[in-house]
Amino acid sequence: MTSNVLISVSLVYVAFLFLVAFGADKWAHAGRGAWLRSPIVYTLSLSIYCTAWTFYGAVGYAARSGLEFVTIYLGPTLVMVGWWWILRKLVRIGRAQRITSVADLISSRYGKSNLLGVIVTVLAVIGTTPYIALQLQSVTLSLAVFGAEGSGAGLVTADAPATALWVAAGLAVFTVMFGTRNLDVNERHHGVVTAIAVEAVVKLVALLAVGIFVVWGLAGGPTDVARVIEASPISEWQLDSGRWVALTFLSAVAFLTLPRMFQVLVVENVDENQLATASWAFPLYLFLMSLFVVPIAAVGLARLPEGSNPDLFVLTLPLAEGRDGLAMLAFLGGFSSATSMVIVAAIALSTMVSNHIVMPLWLSLRQEGASVSGDVRNVVLIARRVSIAVVLAFGYLYYRFSGGGEALAAIGLISFAGIAQVLPAMLGGLFWRGATRVGAAVGLIAGFTIWAYALFLPSFGPALFSPEMMTHGPWGLGWLRPQALFGVEGMAPVVHALVWSMLVNAALFFLFSLVSFPTPLERLQGAQFVNVFEHSQARRGWARGAAEAEDLLIMAQRIMGGAQAQALFRAQAAEQGKSGYLPDTTPEFLERLERQLSGSVGAATAHAMVGQIVGGAAVSVEDLMAVADETQQMLEYSSQLEAKSEELARTARKLREANEKLTQLSIQKDAFLSQISHELRTPMTSIRAFSEILRDGALDGPAQHHYAGIIQDEAIRLTRLLDDLLDLSVLEAGQVTLNIQQAALGAVLDRAVASANSAGEGRVLDIRRDRAREDVTIETDTDRLAQVFINIIANARKYCDAAEPRLTIWVSKQKGGLVIDFVDNGSGIPAEAEAMVFEKFSRLTDQQKAGGAGLGLAISREIMNKLGGAIAYLPGQGGAAFRVTLPSPEG
Amino acid sequence: MAGPREPIFLGRETYRRRRLIDAMRLLPVAGALLFLLPLLGGGATPRSTALGGIYLFVAWFGLILAAALFVRALSRAPDGVGSDPLEPEAGPVSEADESRDGPGPEGR
Amino acid sequence: MTKRVVIVEDEPNIIEAINFILSRDGWDVTVHANGETAVAAVRTARPDVILLDVMLPGRSGYDILKDLRADPDFAALPVLMLTARGQKKDRELADSLGVTRFMTKPFSNAELLAALGEIAAGA
Repeated sequence: MTSNVLISVSLVYVAFLFLVAFGADKWAHAGRGAWLRSPIVYTLSLSIYCTAWTFYGAVGYAARSGLEFVTIYLGPTLVMVGWWWILRKLVRIGRAQRITSVADLISSRYGKSNLLGVIVTVLAVIGTTPYIALQLQSVTLSLAVFGAEGSGAGLVTADAPATALWVAAGLAVFTVMFGTRNLDVNERHHGVVTAIAVEAVVKLVALLAVGIFVVWGLAGGPTDVARVIEASPISEWQLDSGRWVALTFLSAVAFLTLPRMFQVLVVENVDENQLATASWAFPLYLFLMSLFVVPIAAVGLARLPEGSNPDLFVLTLPLAEGRDGLAMLAFLGGFSSATSMVIVAAIALSTMVSNHIVMPLWLSLRQEGASVSGDVRNVVLIARRVSIAVVLAFGYLYYRFSGGGEALAAIGLISFAGIAQVLPAMLGGLFWRGATRVGAAVGLIAGFTIWAYALFLPSFGPALFSPEMMTHGPWGLGWLRPQALFGVEGMAPVVHALVWSMLVNAALFFLFSLVSFPTPLERLQGAQFVNVFEHSQARRGWARGAAEAEDLLIMAQRIMGGAQAQALFRAQAAEQGKSGYLPDTTPEFLERLERQLSGSVGAATAHAMVGQIVGGAAVSVEDLMAVADETQQMLEYSSQLEAKSEELARTARKLREANEKLTQLSIQKDAFLSQISHELRTPMTSIRAFSEILRDGALDGPAQHHYAGIIQDEAIRLTRLLDDLLDLSVLEAGQVTLNIQQAALGAVLDRAVASANSAGEGRVLDIRRDRAREDVTIETDTDRLAQVFINIIANARKYCDAAEPRLTIWVSKQKGGLVIDFVDNGSGIPAEAEAMVFEKFSRLTDQQKAGGAGLGLAISREIMNKLGGAIAYLPGQGGAAFRVTLPSPEG
Repeated sequence: MAGPREPIFLGRETYRRRRLIDAMRLLPVAGALLFLLPLLGGGATPRSTALGGIYLFVAWFGLILAAALFVRALSRAPDGVGSDPLEPEAGPVSEADESRDGPGPEGR
Repeated sequence: MTKRVVIVEDEPNIIEAINFILSRDGWDVTVHANGETAVAAVRTARPDVILLDVMLPGRSGYDILKDLRADPDFAALPVLMLTARGQKKDRELADSLGVTRFMTKPFSNAELLAALGEIAAGA
């Protein structure tokens, strides 16, 4: 048989699968094909549990470890036989909550936490990718077997990676075509499921055919086979009880948690009564798949040449006996096993990746959010398709870089152990209302970490973990040896990793659930999950307990506010003759509560929320989302209100401040009018008096001269006042022209000190300076700056009330620029006056201390504004302190 | 005398179904025991792989058979396999059953 | 008989002007520049009339007036108040405190002399 024939047959087979899938989709769409919902199709679809690892690998496993292979199928058998316990609940929840994947289940249970969704998705991708690689390898290997046997061209054998690539690409196309045809509300893929059911039949028939051929065709009946087995090396296998128990447990767990199993078991389930049939039919399928494994292995070991790969006995035995037709069938069986697993795994993973990673990212990148629903569906489809391609590409790359062979063969159990970490969060979420998001996340991460460290990473061999590290631990820490954590030795690596990871995972999950507190949505979802049977089955009447009344109260408090909700509940309880806050949830009460709630959130939501808790009506995923959204919106709204009222308070505070300032200013203005009047009239009085005296005549020369001098002085004083007023009005109007020049700060201060000291009365001001710090070149209008300095120094001279007045001038560089502080040792400015010192015409005392009308600081402030700097009063410096800030020269 | 007996008869049927479900719940436990039995002998003594295999497969098949029979028996019950054994015994299930299935207490 | 006047005022130039004018007119002038000690100074000087500025260092003219009026010795003493703040409320305040005459700066010298003469004679 040539490889060309083989390829042709494969292609025909694939085309047939396409037709089946296409037809089933059409039938389902048209509403026909009730048989698609039959329990047999469902049971057969579960058979993707048996991958190429089963089809080829089980024989190899048996050849190496005897009967141990059977544990992989005993676990699922026990789970299925006890289906009442978990599966039915899982399926019911899956339907009620429209669950799309394991990640979705965990995320949804724990308050729709996307963090958990992401964790499980990552876990699933890491756990499944090697498994996909394993399937690609098996197809490539089986093709190679034919290539070696047959005479034909080396199309198949020449380039194994190329074959794997073609297979991967073909599977991607198939999966995209039938896995993402539409966005079914409940994520069911009739075409895919039907095609998988057909493949399940093919692989069962193929394996049974090979088994029958081996037992009756080659060995001559069961008795002979028993003798062959006894004689073969298989019978020397040792029963390792630890591995036996651990692997049975592991396979049972993996059956529940593997993404592809969840997909067919829960997501694709159309009728939970199918489980009843599957509870015995699927174990039977597994039973039949395992029945001939040991005989094939024993006969293969006896008949085929030494060194033959026992993983391929299913193919090589018929080939060696010249049964090409049977070998062909066996090849198709293996091909079916591999492809069906890859297809379903890709669908399951792509759903997770697109729902929990791509979509959240996409939505957060788009500003509008999910309001444009028409668009989103398209994006989801594209995301799924791309995800499928990426998942298969991962599988292919893993196959390429792991180099195939032994490394891959062991990956099956490793993969199981990884995905098994979901179990505590899953079962805890299903049966324990106290399980919280924090507990689930911590448990998952811890379990996953231990699994990766103790099992997954060591599987890459010395490239990652050196032999020295494996025997002595990282950095010589013996208790951290990946395969003997905390010094626990003597266990098989798989068992060791499984025990530690599951123990720590479950313990942390439990512990953190106890100490953390769930969000309201989490509590709601928890009740929904744990009490799924009460919630989803409508009953006559509302005979309910206090637990629901409490949940209702919690919800009502969130919507109506604590006091009002408690009053309502208490009144209702009193009406029923009960004390406390928890009335019986009678229909009357529920109606009343609903009406109350609808006032806040609208009738539909209120109904959905009440229904969600008491389970009166089936709650759709839309209702749930609406509840979540509206709760969210309400939270946002109330936080907005909060922000608004805060803003209001701020505004009111500002208004009060402004009002205070205005009142002050008005008083100030009156005071100024008096002041300016005084300032103008005082020199005028002298001028008028002396000019009249001069006019009267009869004065001697010196007296005349003296009086004329007084008139002149007072006239100058008037002029200065008018100058100041003019200066200020010019500065305030912004019409001032600056004369920018470079100068040393020290020089400007020198000028100011000299000028301030020369003018006016003779009080001695001790000015302290640090010349070294003043050695800075500034570029500004130095005349104006000097004016500011003069003003400050003159003020200190006038107002510093210390016995020995002292002024310290301190220059420093700060982030805002150059800072010049003027601090005197007087009593400073009282706090209540600080706000006013820079206002025009404010003079802090009634004392007529010296010239000016209180315009100096107002002018200084205007100048500093013009120069791009600032002047401020510094409180708490032990005296009056003014800080002049200049913008830094670079800026 | 005939009056009071009817509810007792109806109750018995419900009761039977519950016990059936109890037995089903025990099935995986029984299966686990059967599958772990080989371990009790310990791995030290050499034994026949063929016989061991036959034992396992027989036990396995027996389990499947039992499950199939239980499901069959359950599907004959008034509620079919759709009934919910996780509901509390005194819960609404029995209420619904009794009121649906005929005269009930009024028959007295 | 020479009449005595006490000038309570802080502006040196104005003091000089008033001093010159009143001295020229024959008054016996005593000058006091500090508000705080003004009442004591008046008590010592026993003037016939007081010329009181409003804005003074230490104490305002109003406070001094209030103290004087509270003292029976000076309850009827003629007081001429001078202010540079010519607002209506200043005048009202001064009236309520029992001022004899209120004048706004600047003033004509003749006006000041006439007013002073009048209130001194009325006393």
